Formats: sequence, structure tokens, C-alpha cells
Amino acid sequence: MFRHTFVTAALIAVAAAASAHSYRAGSLTIQHPWSRETAPGQAVGGGFMTIVNRGGADDRLLSGTSPVAAEVQIHTMSMDGGVMRMRQVTDGIAVPAKGTLALKPGGYHIMFMGLKRPLKRGERIPVTLRFQRAGAVTLQVAVQPVTSTGPEEGGHAGH
Amino acid sequence: MPDTSPLPEPSRLARIRAMLWLAVGVALVLAMAAMLIRAQSQDTPSGNHAEWFGGPFTLSAPDGRTVTERTLAGKPYAIFFGFTRCPDVCPTSLSRMARLRSQLGADGMKFEIVFVSVDPGHDSAADVGRYVALFGTPIIGLTGTEAQLAQIKKGFGVYSAKSPLPGGDYTIDHTATIYLMTATGRFAGTIAYDEPDATALQKLRRLVA
Ligand SMILES: [Cu+2]
Repeated sequence: MFRHTFVTAALIAVAAAASAHSYRAGSLTIQHPWSRETAPGQAVGGGFMTIVNRGGADDRLLSGTSPVAAEVQIHTMSMDGGVMRMRQVTDGIAVPAKGTLALKPGGYHIMFMGLKRPLKRGERIPVTLRFQRAGAVTLQVAVQPVTSTGPEEGGHAGH
Repeated sequence: MPDTSPLPEPSRLARIRAMLWLAVGVALVLAMAAMLIRAQSQDTPSGNHAEWFGGPFTLSAPDGRTVTERTLAGKPYAIFFGFTRCPDVCPTSLSRMARLRSQLGADGMKFEIVFVSVDPGHDSAADVGRYVALFGTPIIGLTGTEAQLAQIKKGFGVYSAKSPLPGGDYTIDHTATIYLMTATGRFAGTIAYDEPDATALQKLRRLVA
């Protein structure tokens, strides 16, 4: 009886994880990586996701690469007196122990520099992120309509 | 007992109390007036300010045509500044204008949405046209030469400056405010980047009314 319940719960958990489009690396879970479609000639695009650290040690997002871009940089954005400023982060971003790092519009993001082709809505593009502790993890970034302000997928109820 | 004795205690206290309340009232009125004046100066400038704001400008459309403040006259418009490689503020603001327009229903097409690229080093007018076409609603994409952009930026009080990125590339710091202009080219207010949709919608309703 208990075993049956456990198996069912495990199956539900696996299903939820799959529909939620998430990736694991060590004690990190990377949820809903997404990006916006780009126009021909636009040449750059931002990538967003939520990185949850269930471990007891701080980690750090150090860098990234993708076959669709000449370079993947880590950026931060701020609004200052009505002026938008974006800057590269060169020393990585902390993913605190038992904490969360959100890459989202208006703040931290990964930036595809020198896109080799436009990103088309509906496709998924591979990106490899490198963390100080968890190492490298390759994930598929979902390309959403340019009008998106957050991840679109329906897996939200799953966690 | 002399006749010139002071007022009896209770009525004197009452008078002091009344004066204190009066002082509080005056202070409140002054504070509210100050807030109103400040809100007005940010929101709906009057008189001269509205006259010169924006000023004459000349830019290029994706089809090669020249667009000036006179070309745009005849219909109110919401104008703002950015660049096609802008990761965040520009798509967010353009999407938002598209969304607010659809929320206005039939009134949504009574104003134009104008996006000006301040990155002539990278964006041709055709690039801007392809970019704004992504948003699923008619948006006028414009850009110009450095000199033309300097003129319109000055007119609208827009700040923009290149900021180098490693690897020889650059990004552009820029004002994210959306400026609302009437059909006669007068300044009608602004929508801030972080302003709630509800107040933005009110301002657009007023603009097309
Ligand atoms: Cu960026």
C-alpha cells in the first residue's frame, strides 16, 4: 500500500518535472529556460530561467556557450532615473545555498551575442551553462513570442 | 480682582487647540498642493513646455520615406526610443503597447506606436522595420543619422549613450520612458517603464478621446 503510494507519487513527480521543462546539475535545478524570438539582423537575444540550489553550499553561474551564438554573456540590467543600463557580469552570479537565482526580464539574464541566425518561436536552442560547483549543464532554451514576459509552459502547477 | 484678568482657562485652551488644528490644516493643504504641482510637472506640462516639447525632427522609415513631426501629425502617437538589440526594455515596452492597444478595442487604432532606434551604427531603417513587425500590431519603426537622432533626442529630452561590451561590441543605455503626443504634436504626458497597465491605459484613453 505504502509502496504503491510512493510509486504513484514518484511517477507524478517525474511527469511534473518533464512538463515543467527543467534540468538538474548536482544540487541545482534549472527551470523554464526561455528566450524571445528575434528578427533577422537583430543579432542578440536574452535568455531567462530560474536556478534553484537545494544544496548546502553556494554555487556560481560562471559562463555559457551556445552553437547559435558567437558568445553567451551574463548580463545585468538596471533602471536608473528612467534610463535602462545593461552591463556584463564578469565574475559570475551567486546561486545561494538553499536559495534561488532568477534570470528574468528587468534583471540578470544570459545574452546571446552575435546570433548566427534568428531565433524562431516554438524552437528550442541548446545552451551549455558552467557552474563553479555543479559543473557544466546543457539545457534547451524555449523560444517564445517576442511579446512574452515570462515562461509560457503549462507545467507551473507541478511545483 | 482686576477686570483685566486673562480669559478663563477652558476657552483659552480651546482657542490654542483651534489654532493648532488650523496650522495642521494649512500644512496639509500646502503639502497636497506641492504634490499636485510636482505630479503635474511630471505628467502634463502646461503652456510653453507642451509647445516646444518634441520639436521638429526628421527621420527615415523602413520604406525609405522621410518622416517628420508633420508627417505624424493628424493622429496622436506614443513614441519611444531604443535599439533592436535591446534585450529587455524595448521588447517589453513594445509588447506592452501592443497589449494596451488591443485592450482599448476600437480606440486602439486611434493612435500610432512609434519606435525610434538610437543605434544607427547597427540598425538600418529596414532593420527597425523587421524588428517592429514581430509585435503583431502596426508599429512605425524609424531611425536616422547621428545628427537627426541628436535632434529628436534633444527635443524629447532622451538620453542614450553607447556602453562598450567585451569583444568589441556595445550596448546602449537609453531612456525607457514612453512619450505621448497629441494629433497636433503637443506633449500629452508620459508612461514610465514600470508604471502599472491600469494608469497607462487611462492615459491612452485620454490621448485618443
Ligand atoms: Cu543583455
